[in-house]
Amino acid sequence: MGNKNKWGNLYLVLVFAVLYAPILYLMYYSFNSAGNMHEFEGFTWQWYDEVFQDTRLMIILINTLVIALLSSAIATIIGIIGALAIDRIQRRRLKDAVLSLNNVLIVSPDVIIGASFLILFTIVGIKLGFASVLISHIAFSIPITVLMILPRLQEMSPTLVDAARDLGASRRDVLARVILPFIKQGIFAGFFMAFTYSLDDFAVTFFVTGNGYSTLSVEIYSRARQGVALSINALSTLIFLFTTALVVGYYMINRRAQTRTRRSEPAAEMGVPR
Amino acid sequence: MQANTRAVYMLPYYVWIVLFVVAPVVLVAYYSFFDVDGNLTLQNYRTFFTPVYMQMTLSSFWYAFLVTLFSLLIAYPAAYLLTRTKHRQLWILLIILPTWINLLLKTYAFIGIFGTSGPINALLGTIGIGEQQLLFNAFSFVFVSVYIFVPFMILPIYNALEELNPTLISAARDLGASGWTTFRRVIFPLTLSGVKSGCMAVFIPSLSLFMITRLIAGNKVITLGTAIEQHFLVTQDWGMGSTVAVVLIIAMAVLMLLTGGFGQEVRHGK
Repeated sequence: MGNKNKWGNLYLVLVFAVLYAPILYLMYYSFNSAGNMHEFEGFTWQWYDEVFQDTRLMIILINTLVIALLSSAIATIIGIIGALAIDRIQRRRLKDAVLSLNNVLIVSPDVIIGASFLILFTIVGIKLGFASVLISHIAFSIPITVLMILPRLQEMSPTLVDAARDLGASRRDVLARVILPFIKQGIFAGFFMAFTYSLDDFAVTFFVTGNGYSTLSVEIYSRARQGVALSINALSTLIFLFTTALVVGYYMINRRAQTRTRRSEPAAEMGVPR
Repeated sequence: MQANTRAVYMLPYYVWIVLFVVAPVVLVAYYSFFDVDGNLTLQNYRTFFTPVYMQMTLSSFWYAFLVTLFSLLIAYPAAYLLTRTKHRQLWILLIILPTWINLLLKTYAFIGIFGTSGPINALLGTIGIGEQQLLFNAFSFVFVSVYIFVPFMILPIYNALEELNPTLISAARDLGASGWTTFRRVIFPLTLSGVKSGCMAVFIPSLSLFMITRLIAGNKVITLGTAIEQHFLVTQDWGMGSTVAVVLIIAMAVLMLLTGGFGQEVRHGK
């Protein structure tokens, strides 16, 4: 038995090692003064300097954050509306149908979302650039916000709303003082997921971005296609630290008020790349 | 009157469904019937059934199958062992963490690792096998894809294993089942739902992700996703791109029907 455990642990150690090795490898060489990814010559901050000196990159970074914040805020608002809309559908069939439509964008591959949005924008006549990227990010973030908010809404007892109405609250008051506070956690989770979806997205943005406008992942892609450049390593190290802080922060906050809401689509929550 | 004002509130959401869920699918299907010059034609579908495209489609499915298979073979034991560890919350968090890192960066790392002067080739050199061309071939594509997708396979299987009632395993053992029989007849069938969602989470992206093939496989591996990207953004033949997209959508729908689909899972709140 003890022997079996040892092999098991060895296997797990191996899995974790392989899982983290490439990331650590990237980070390690971001400090390499030789400028390549195979011979560590000496320690340097040079590539980090380069990242911060690069105005183009800084503008792209700001673009990316603006898109992420705006799109996740708007997606969350429409997501709240969507969750309320689905929640008040009485007929079960219809509810399932709307939910399925809601989930289409979560399960479709990014290439298809990107290609079809490109067609859509071209037909409607929206110029490719900031607007098209923002609209796409809002569009593909809405379903996840709905999925994060809906379970909270369904947990809420309808008697709460009835009580508020009986006590003379207007419908607006019911929404602002009873419903929204109750689903606050779902809203927060939805916003967070939408934010990370937007930051992480490459494929959809790549299709609808046109010339001249770029987000971080599109920029990384075009630089990586030209081969190794250690400024990408430096950038990934920074992104890794940022992501880790974000995820850990999110788990901490979430844990404090954990009411084990069952997730409807675990793959969506993890942001499966499609 | 009241019902009407309420419906108006809901409008943005339904507008979204119509504009960004229904319309895009319809548009893709519509465009697949037009050639580059804008003539209504079935030529795209005829082209799709020529050997060149059929071979591309088959090889795309074959690679997706390989990636899914290897991910499953690596992930199942890992998930099983993870359920027996102490502090498993922490370990699971550590499995999840890499999934939050942009996959372009993870793919980029392998350009260095598999490069001709990278560490793997250095290792092969010292063992005496000598330098190999690891990048820009099918091997690198399958390896990097498996690397990226393994966590998405581990998590649903882990969840299914967690929900498995341990008394069932004890019962099987008490009744004289060997370790292997217990696994084959009790554990695996009861965790099949996790395996299915894991396979879905891996198979479809392996068909459609074009950045891995572009960055790491050169032109050696062309998936359906690569073909769509090529037609839309390089050759500007949207009709043919849409045709491939329609095929991908159909493949996806069939797979979902076969595996019970996401829809059901959502409905049952799991």
